[in-house]
Order: sequence, then structure tokens, then C-alpha cells
Amino acid sequence: MLDLSKYSSIGEAVRDALETWPREVCLYESDRGEEKQRITYREFKERALPLAKWLQDSGFRTGDRASIIMTNQSKWLISAYAIFYCGGTLVPLDYKLKPEEQWTLLKHSAASVLITEYPIWRQLGSSPVRVVAPEVKNVLVTEAPENADLAGATAWESAKRTGQPMFVPREREDLACIVYSSGTGGTPKGCMMTHGNYLEQCVALTSIYPFWPGVKYLSILPTNHAIDFMVGFFGPFTCGAAVVHLRTLRPEFVREAFPKYQITYVSLVPLVLKNLQRGLQSRLDELPPAKRRIFERLRAINKSLTKSRPILPLSRLLLKQVHAAFGGKLQAIIVGGAFTEPQTLQFFYDLGIPVANGYGLTEAGTAVTVNDLHPFRGDTVGKPLPGMEVRILNPDADGIGQVSVRSKTVMAGYLNEPELTAQTIVDGWLMTGDMGRFDAAGHLQLFGRKKNMIVTEEGKNVYAEDVEQAFDGLAVKEYCVFAANYIWPSRSMVGEQLVLVIHLDHGQTLTEALRNEIATRNNRLINYKRVHGVLLYNEDFPLTASLKIIRVALAERLGKLNREQVILPI
Amino acid sequence: MRTLEQTTQEILELAVKHFKAAPGSLKAEDDFYKKLGIDSLQALDLLSRLEDHFHIELPDYEVQGVSDFKTLAERVQSRL
Repeated sequence: MLDLSKYSSIGEAVRDALETWPREVCLYESDRGEEKQRITYREFKERALPLAKWLQDSGFRTGDRASIIMTNQSKWLISAYAIFYCGGTLVPLDYKLKPEEQWTLLKHSAASVLITEYPIWRQLGSSPVRVVAPEVKNVLVTEAPENADLAGATAWESAKRTGQPMFVPREREDLACIVYSSGTGGTPKGCMMTHGNYLEQCVALTSIYPFWPGVKYLSILPTNHAIDFMVGFFGPFTCGAAVVHLRTLRPEFVREAFPKYQITYVSLVPLVLKNLQRGLQSRLDELPPAKRRIFERLRAINKSLTKSRPILPLSRLLLKQVHAAFGGKLQAIIVGGAFTEPQTLQFFYDLGIPVANGYGLTEAGTAVTVNDLHPFRGDTVGKPLPGMEVRILNPDADGIGQVSVRSKTVMAGYLNEPELTAQTIVDGWLMTGDMGRFDAAGHLQLFGRKKNMIVTEEGKNVYAEDVEQAFDGLAVKEYCVFAANYIWPSRSMVGEQLVLVIHLDHGQTLTEALRNEIATRNNRLINYKRVHGVLLYNEDFPLTASLKIIRVALAERLGKLNREQVILPI
Repeated sequence: MRTLEQTTQEILELAVKHFKAAPGSLKAEDDFYKKLGIDSLQALDLLSRLEDHFHIELPDYEVQGVSDFKTLAERVQSRL
């Protein structure tokens, strides 16, 4: 691995990596089981530098912002490196957002360059909302069919110039990325991440889960997500390792990729992990009784021998077939993005497959704590990573309080939101809004949230305020969206739901027409953002002088109601 | 060449079979996440079934944000 203490920026470290391991493969790209390309570190450089030169010739300067909206693929990483090479700031956006949401964030980030894929651009380019972001001057589109109308964009493949681009050095405190942790409907929360944030995080993570030349990381989480950016790009590249991209993320192709590429690491959200668990369990259930008994015996032996630490060679021998399905080289499944139920983690660990669960948030530079597997603990989110100071604020009688973090990985702040930044980072400590406590072994345990949001099993952060926009103009006196756990703190981080609170006008009733209107608007939202139920509240909402709802006070009043009795299904 | 109505009908029948729903219980306008109680991975699984049935390739991006059978049928129809 490169000695990252010597580097000041992502671009500088990757530039050295490309020189250090020129013959190693850095990227594999497969589509529907068929390998489409494999790229060495040298080839990566040969593809990125002409793009960097094109960007510079097009007027892209130090500190300028360029956004990438793409699925996981080689051109994502090549483009990102070209942007860093030019000293630019990267704005990675979620390709699953709607075009209007993407344009809103492009405007907010003040990006002047957009790099995207043709299928995404077809929708983005024709969106009427495009006019909100005239600052986006250059659009590069990958994989466009010949003679396609690119609506003013340039084909990515033709955006290359000969000649050596100028490498632009950046300092550790300079902005590397603006990563949106939420805010497509309410206040955009653009986390300003510095080069130092990433360098520090990379050192901390790889000290527990190292990469080396020959490691193959399967990239499934979107690369705009902080986890995949770190473990599916920066981490492996600074260690000479390789990343495997699948262009089609269907379960059957994902399953096939493990043995085909002999995957070393993969990051999954709980939803996918549980899907894998279901698949494995049903295969176990189909075993004939005699074989099943033998299997259970072997599983029990594995469990008892790996109590204090994983012994991978032994587990691979004992439970050969299970490990063969995962390619036989899997070191760990990194699970993140949302809380994972202990029984799911235990299921995999008992099979000899280490599951590295942890806890983190974009604002803290991805991971804050991680399970080091010595011993495996499914009931906690592990210990703080090296360099992370974690403390519990105002603990109650059970030792539970708000988790706060101080570290060189904590973001510089929210873009254009000094007030929100000041509320979130207090005296250098990041207020996570999550509730937790440390156990005697120094492991962090989580117990619900203090903030008005939910995190889905797919790792999606959904802020209640962002969802409210969907109900704009609803014919009622007042309305507000809350995370149910914000009203009724439950100490649980699974099965979180949103609730629409409505105050009807005097004499108004919840008619069938109003119910239908709510259901229609709700269904327009992407599935994970939908509210779960309606709560009718007959009193005026507490308001500020500027007529904004005082959510804390309203939640406090609502909390006195019986949750089971007041929520009506939509 | 199938009509959009035929495509829709075939998708509904495939979904009924694949997710073991009651015959005739699904409508074109239904939100399949809600009606079938499935998650995004199970929806991807359905796409694979559709590809096999219609002999087409349906890239993942084609169905981003799609949650009703009608829109799904339109996406399939455009690739027939």
C-alpha cells in the first residue's frame, strides 16, 4: 500500500498508484456474465489523461466542480481521476434520482461539467428542469449510439486531447468532493469532503481490512455512495488492488460473479445481505435429511472453533460448498448503509463468512466504527476506527446518549449552509443524531435516532422534510411528515417508517377523495420515500414567528398519543 | 407483434405466477412494490423473468423509478 501520510490529495495518491502497479489489473467489467473489459493501471492512466487534457483545454480550472451521474463502471473511475488530476472538485450524484432532483443538486453544487451515460442523459437532457442549472456548460455522455442527438452534449469517447495535461496539486484541506447525504426535496445537504478526509479514512479502514495487489473488490453499491467511493475506488487503487464492475446488478449475475472472479471483498446493504441469506437458507432447507444433519454438525464445529476469531482456511474446508459459491477467496462482506439485524450477521459468521458490520455516515467520512472480528460481535457496530474519537453525549441512566465524533475524517461542513453546519459540528464534534452507548468491551451499540429521518434497508437516508414536498398544496389546514421513531423513540433501528400528520380545517373530514389524493401523491414518490400512514391531529401546529412548524414541539405533543391507535393506513 | 395490452396482460400473468399471487388479482395500474409486498431486488428478479419471456434485454436503468405494471409494460413494449 502507498504510504498515504506522504500525500496531500486523492489525485496525487492515485497518480503514484498508476505508476507503482502499471501491469496489475485495476478494473474488470462484466455484463450479464460476459467479461467486457479488463484494464491495467497503465491503461487506466492512458484513458484518463487525454480526458484531463480535454477538460483543461475546455477551461476546467482548479477548484471547478464536475459532477458524475453514472452507474458503476470503469468510466466513472476514469472520469473521477481526470477531474482530480485537474485539481477539480467531484460532485458524485445518485443515478437513481429523478432528473429534476439531479438538476436541482447540479445547480446547488455549482457544477460546470457533467459526465453521464447516454440512457441517463436521454432523460436528463430532455427534462424541462434543465434550465435551472445553466452553469453546467460541458456535458460528456458515454456510450451514446452513433448519430444520436446529444442535445448539446459531447460524446465522452471523443473528449480526449493529445499532449500532457498539467497535474494540479491540492492541499489536504482543499475540497475533494461534495457528497449529498440528502436534500432532494428540502435543504440540500452537500457534505464538503476534503482530500484530507479521504486520505485519513483510507488509512483507518485499510488498517483493519487491508487491500493488496490481487485483491478483487466487487462493486455493487453505487459509486456515488461514500462507502463504494472509498472501498470501490480510492482504497483498492492505493493498494494495487482491482475492482469488479457488473453492468447488470440482477441477483443471478451477482451470484455468478463471486466464483468467476474469486471476489475478496464486497460491500452490501442489509437488504441484499438478507436476500443472500434467504437464498442460502432455502438451499439448505432443500438438503436431504442425512446431508442436512452432516451440514449442521459441520456448522456447529465451525461456530465453536471460530468463536474468538475467524479462521478462514478452516471454515473453507469444513463448509466447502458454501464457500465455493462465494468463490473461495472471500475475506469479508462489508455491510453498511443501514443497520443490520444481528441474526443476519450471525447467520453468515456461523458459515465462516466474516461480515464486517460497522457504523458511519457521510458527514464523518464514511465509517466511524467497524467490527474487527476479534471476536465477532453481531450485536454491536464494532469499535471506533483508529483516529476516531467517539463519545456519548448526555447519557441517560442506561448509558445511552447521542453519538458524537471527532476525527480528521469529519467533513468541512455543509455547502452553503453555515447555520446547519454550526448545529451539526459543535466545537469540532460531529453530532450524528444517532443514539448509542459503549459496552464494557468498547463496542458501540446503537439505539435509535434523535433526528427526524429514517434509513431504509437499502441504505437510503430519507429525511422527513424532503418527503413533505410531495404533499404541497394538499387541501388541509396544516400537514407535516415525521419519522415515527422521532415521535415515539423506540431504541430500534429496523423497520423505520414515515408518518404524514394532518390537521384538517374546522368542520373538514377525511373524505374518500382526500384519502385518494394522499395515496396518489404518496405513490408518486419513489417506493422507499413513501409515508406509511396518516395521523389526524386536531390542534394547531406550534409555529415560529415566521410561521415555520416547530417540529420538536409538535413531535413532543404527538408523542403523548398512542402510536398503535392513531396511525391510519394509506 | 404484440399490442401494449397483450404485453401488459402477459406481464401481469408472469407476475402472478412468479410471486404466487391470486390469479386476476393484479391490475395494470397497480404499484407492484405495494401490491406484491416485494423489495427492489425481487423487482430485479422479475425483470429477468420478463427478459426470458419476451426475449429482450431490459437494462436496469430502464426500470429505475418504475413501480407500476403499466409503465413497465411500456418499457418492455419499446424493446419488442
